[in-house]
Amino acid sequence: MARKISMKQAINEALDLEMRRDPTVIVLGEDIVGGAGAPGEIDAWGGVLGVTKGLHAKHGNRLMDTPLSESAYIGAAIGAAACGMRPVAELMFLDFMGVCFDQILNQAAKFKYMFGGKAKTPVVIRAMVGAGFRAAAQHSQMLTPLFTHVPGLKVVCPSDAYDAKGLLIQAIRDDDPVIFCEHKALYGSECDVPEESYAIPFAEANVVREGKDVTIVSYGLTVHRALEAAETLAKTGVQAEIIDLRTLSPIDWDTVIESVETTGRLVVVDEANPRCSIAGDVAAHVAQNAFGALKAAPQMVTAPHTPVPFSPVLEDLYIPSADAIVAAANKTTARALAA
Amino acid sequence: MNERIKPIVMPKWGLSMAEGKVTGWLKSAGAKIAVGDEIVEVETDKIAGVVEAGDTGTLRRVLGAPDTVYPVKALIGVIAADDVPDEEIDAYVAEYAAHAAEAGDEEEAGPRYEFVDTPAGRLRYARRSQTGGGDGARAIILVHGFGGDLDNWLFNIDTLAEAGTVYALDLPGHGQSDKAVKDASLKGLSEALIGFMDALDITSAHLVGHSMGGAVVAQTALDQPGRVSSITLISSAGLGEEINRDYTDGFVAAASRRDLKPVLEHLFHDPATVTRQLVDDLLKYKRLDGVDAALKALSSALFPGGRQSAVLAEALKAAPTPVLVIWGESDQVIPAAHAAALGDRARVDVIGEAGHMVQMEKAGRVNELVLNHITA
Amino acid sequence: MTNNPFPLPKDELLAAYRTMRTIRDFEERLHVEFAKGDIPGFVHLYAGEEACAAGIMSHLTDVDRIASTHRGHGHCIAKGVDVHAMMAEIYGKATGACRGKGGSMHIADLSKGMMGANGILGAGAPLICGAALAAKFRGDGGVGITFFGDGASNQGTVLESMNLAAIWNLPVIFVVENNGYAESTSVDYATAVDSYVDRASGFGLPGVTVDGTDFFAVYEAAGEIIKRAREGGGPALLECKMIRFFGHFEGDAQAYKAKGENDYNRTNRDCLKIFAGRVTSAGVVSAAEIALIDREVAALIDEAVGQAKGAPLPSARDLLTDVYVAY
Repeated sequence: MARKISMKQAINEALDLEMRRDPTVIVLGEDIVGGAGAPGEIDAWGGVLGVTKGLHAKHGNRLMDTPLSESAYIGAAIGAAACGMRPVAELMFLDFMGVCFDQILNQAAKFKYMFGGKAKTPVVIRAMVGAGFRAAAQHSQMLTPLFTHVPGLKVVCPSDAYDAKGLLIQAIRDDDPVIFCEHKALYGSECDVPEESYAIPFAEANVVREGKDVTIVSYGLTVHRALEAAETLAKTGVQAEIIDLRTLSPIDWDTVIESVETTGRLVVVDEANPRCSIAGDVAAHVAQNAFGALKAAPQMVTAPHTPVPFSPVLEDLYIPSADAIVAAANKTTARALAA
Repeated sequence: MNERIKPIVMPKWGLSMAEGKVTGWLKSAGAKIAVGDEIVEVETDKIAGVVEAGDTGTLRRVLGAPDTVYPVKALIGVIAADDVPDEEIDAYVAEYAAHAAEAGDEEEAGPRYEFVDTPAGRLRYARRSQTGGGDGARAIILVHGFGGDLDNWLFNIDTLAEAGTVYALDLPGHGQSDKAVKDASLKGLSEALIGFMDALDITSAHLVGHSMGGAVVAQTALDQPGRVSSITLISSAGLGEEINRDYTDGFVAAASRRDLKPVLEHLFHDPATVTRQLVDDLLKYKRLDGVDAALKALSSALFPGGRQSAVLAEALKAAPTPVLVIWGESDQVIPAAHAAALGDRARVDVIGEAGHMVQMEKAGRVNELVLNHITA
Repeated sequence: MTNNPFPLPKDELLAAYRTMRTIRDFEERLHVEFAKGDIPGFVHLYAGEEACAAGIMSHLTDVDRIASTHRGHGHCIAKGVDVHAMMAEIYGKATGACRGKGGSMHIADLSKGMMGANGILGAGAPLICGAALAAKFRGDGGVGITFFGDGASNQGTVLESMNLAAIWNLPVIFVVENNGYAESTSVDYATAVDSYVDRASGFGLPGVTVDGTDFFAVYEAAGEIIKRAREGGGPALLECKMIRFFGHFEGDAQAYKAKGENDYNRTNRDCLKIFAGRVTSAGVVSAAEIALIDREVAALIDEAVGQAKGAPLPSARDLLTDVYVAY
C-alpha cells in the first residue's frame, strides 16, 4: 500500500526490492556501506547522504565499499554487467565522471554496437546531481547533457519519490547502461509511494499540471520551480502545462509536441548550463517539428554559462528560479509580469 | 448548533481525498430540495461527482464558489426550512467556520481501509459502520469489476451504510490486495469472497457486484445460497456471452497514458469523466509487479477471445436468492441488453445517460435502488 | 614412444603450435592485404608475440574472460574466436564477428569469454575486475586476464585496478605485454621502473617476468598464477618480454627502431621457430607434423580472406541497429 516516503527512502527501497528479486543485482560505490575495515561500526554511513543505509544488514556482501578509484570500480561494474550481473554503481557526485568517463563513454555505451549487438551491459550508475547544497563547482553540476549526447546510454532524472522508485527499478531491470541522476535537493521530498515493486517505463514524460496557454518542459528539481511559477501565472490567468521529462534519453517527444500543439508556447527549464543543453535540445526539436504550432519563440530558462558558485547569494542566482520561469512564460504570451 | 439548519459540506470520497473543487451548482439558492437530489458538482484530482442532498428543505445559502477548491468537510451550502430566519443561518455559518477551526483532529468520517489475511491472500477492504443509529447487523459487501478496486464504490459506500455495515474489498490481483491470483476462475474468485467473509466472521451478506464482480457474487449465490441474502448485479458479467474485447484486451495491453485513456473512455457515458489523474492512478496500479500477470490470467479465464466463458443466467433463474439488476443504458463494455437475461426473475433498472460505471455516474439512483432491494 | 620432456602432452603441443601459426599467418596475410588498400582503418598486428597469447590461453576455457588491447587478433584467435568471422570483421563485412560495426580494434565474442579488443589503452583492466567479480559471485571458478602493453601499463586505470583486485582478492591476472615500444616511444623512456614486478609489489601482488618469445616459459608461469587465482589465491602480474615484428600499426615506417632490429628478431627471436625447433629436436613432434599444420593453416587463412572479400557489406539499416537492447 502507498504511504508517504522521501526520495531517499524510495531509492533505498527500490535497491532493496530488486536485490531481493534478483540475485545478480549488486551495489558498489564509495562509502555506500561505510566503515569498511574501520574499527567502529559497519554501515556507518550507508552512502555519503545515507541513501543506502540499512541495505548491508539485509544483503551483506552484495553491497561493496570501494576504494576511491572511480575508473576501477565503475569499470568493474561495467565489466561485471557484461558478464551477467546487474550492478548498481554509485558515483556519489556525477561531477566525478571526469575521472572515469572513459569507462562510461567508450566502454559501457559502446559494447552493444561495437560488438555487433552481441553484448549487453545492464549497469546502473547512480549519482547525485544539481546545485543548492552550497557544494560549489565540483559537486553541484547538472551534467545530464554530457550523457544524453552519447548513443548507447540512457539518462534518467526523477523529480519525486514515486518516480525515483519506479524509474530506478526500471533502470535495474533495463538491459542497457543507465545514468541515474538524483537531485540532492530532492532527497528529502516526500510523496505517496506504493510499498510494492513497480517499474515506470522510460520515454514517458509526466504531465504534472495541465494548462492550455503555455507548455513548460523541465526535469528534476526545476519541475518544482515550474510548479511554483505555474501558481503565479494562474493568478494572472495564464494556465501553464508542466511536463516532467523524467527520462532524458530516451525522451518522450510526443508528449512535448502534443502539448505545444495545444498551447502554441514553449518554455524549457533546465538546471544545466545553456549551451548544448536539454533546454536547447527540446527547443530545437519543437522548432523543427512543431514550428507551425508555435505562436511565439521558444524560451529557455537555464543556469548561466558559468561554473556553480559557492557563495549562497551567487548560487541562488545560478539555479533557474520560479520568477525567471514566470518571466519567460510571459514573454511567450506577451503579457506583463503581474506585480 | 441549530438543528433546523443542515450543512452541505465538501464530501470525502475515499481515504486520500483532502480537498475538492466546486465545479457548478445544479440547484440555485431558494430551490426546494428533497433527499437524494443532486445539488452541486464537485471534482477531485481523481474523479468528478455530484453531491446529493441528505436533508429536505430549501437551499438557503450557496457558499462554495465555482472553480474554487475547498477542504473536505468545508461548508459549501446550507439547507433549512423557509421559516428559519436569515440571522440564524448567518450565525450558523459563522459558528460552523469557528467550530471547524477547532476540530482539527476530529475522527475520520469516511470509510477506513483495513487488511485481512485470507486463503486467497492478503486482501484490502474498506469498512463503513452503519449510519443513522442502526445496529449494523446487516452486512453489505461491494465487489468491484475487472481491473477495478474498492474506490469504484466511492459514491456508494456512505449512502449504503444507512442500511447496514458496508464492506468493499479489493479482489485478489486488484487495488492493494495481494497481486497473485491463485485461482483466476469465477469459482476461484467466489471462494476468495467466501474466504473474505469467513475471515471477518460475516455469516451472510447482501452482495453487490459490478461487472466481473457481478459474476462473482452470482456464482457465490449459486454455490453458497445460505450465506447470500440478496445479490445486486450492476453492469454485470455472467448474464450473456458478449463483452467488448476492445475494452478487456485494451485494458490489459495498455502500457502508457496514451494507450489507456481511450480504453477507459469505454467505461463512461461521458468520456470527459476520464481525467488525467484517473488514467495515472490506473497506470500506477497496472505497473505494480504481478498486476499484469493477474489481469492476463483473469482475462484468459473469464473472457477468452472476447467472449464470456461463464453465463450464469439460467442457473440464477432457478436459484432462490433475490436479484436486482442495474445497467447503464449506454454501457460500451457489456451490452445493456443483458439486463433482460433473467426475465421476470429479477427486478431490472436500466438507467439513462450512464455507461458501464453506472454506480459512479448515477450514484444517487443506484444507491436508492440498492437500498430498496436490500431492505425489501 | 619418445619421452616427452614438455609440460604438455603431444596433442596440446600441436594445438598450441596451430594457434601460434594461425595468428602468425593471419597477421602476415593482413600485412599484405592491408597494403593493397582493401582493408579500412587501422590494423595493429600481433606477429612475433604469439607465444604469449598461446601460452596463457592454453590454461583457459570459455568460463574464463579476457580483456584485450588494440593489438587483439592474437588474443582472439588463442581464445577461440572464429577466424572467418574475424577476417570478415576486419574487412568491414556484415558477416563479421561484430557485423562490421567494430573492426580490427573491437573484435569480441563474449560466448568465448573474449570481452573485446579495446581501442582505449588500459581500459580492459577495470573491466576484467568486473568479470572476475562476476565469476566470484557466481562461484564458477572463472578467472579474468587483462592484457596491456608496456605503454598502457602507465594508465591510471591499470594501477587502480591492481589495487582493487588486490583488496577484493579477485581472480585477475594482469599481463604486461612488454614489446619495448609504446607506439614509437621506448619503454626505457616512458616507464620509471626496470621491472613490472616492482609495480606489482607496490600493490602487494606477486609478479613474474618471463621471456615472451618462449612459449614454455609463458605457459609455466601463467599456469602457476592462473591456478593460484582460480583457487582463491588472488591476483598476480605476469610480464612477458616480447617482440613486435611489425610497426605500431600498418603503415608505420618504424624509423624509431634500430637498423636491422626487425631482421635480427625474425632470425633469432621468432617464437614459432623457437617452439618448432624445441619440439622437433626433442623428437616429440615431427617436422612433417609441423609442415602439415603449416599447410592447413595457410589454407584456412586463404579461405578466410576469400570468404571475407566475397562477403556482403552491411546494409544502410545496420547503421541504426544495435545501439540499445531497447530504446
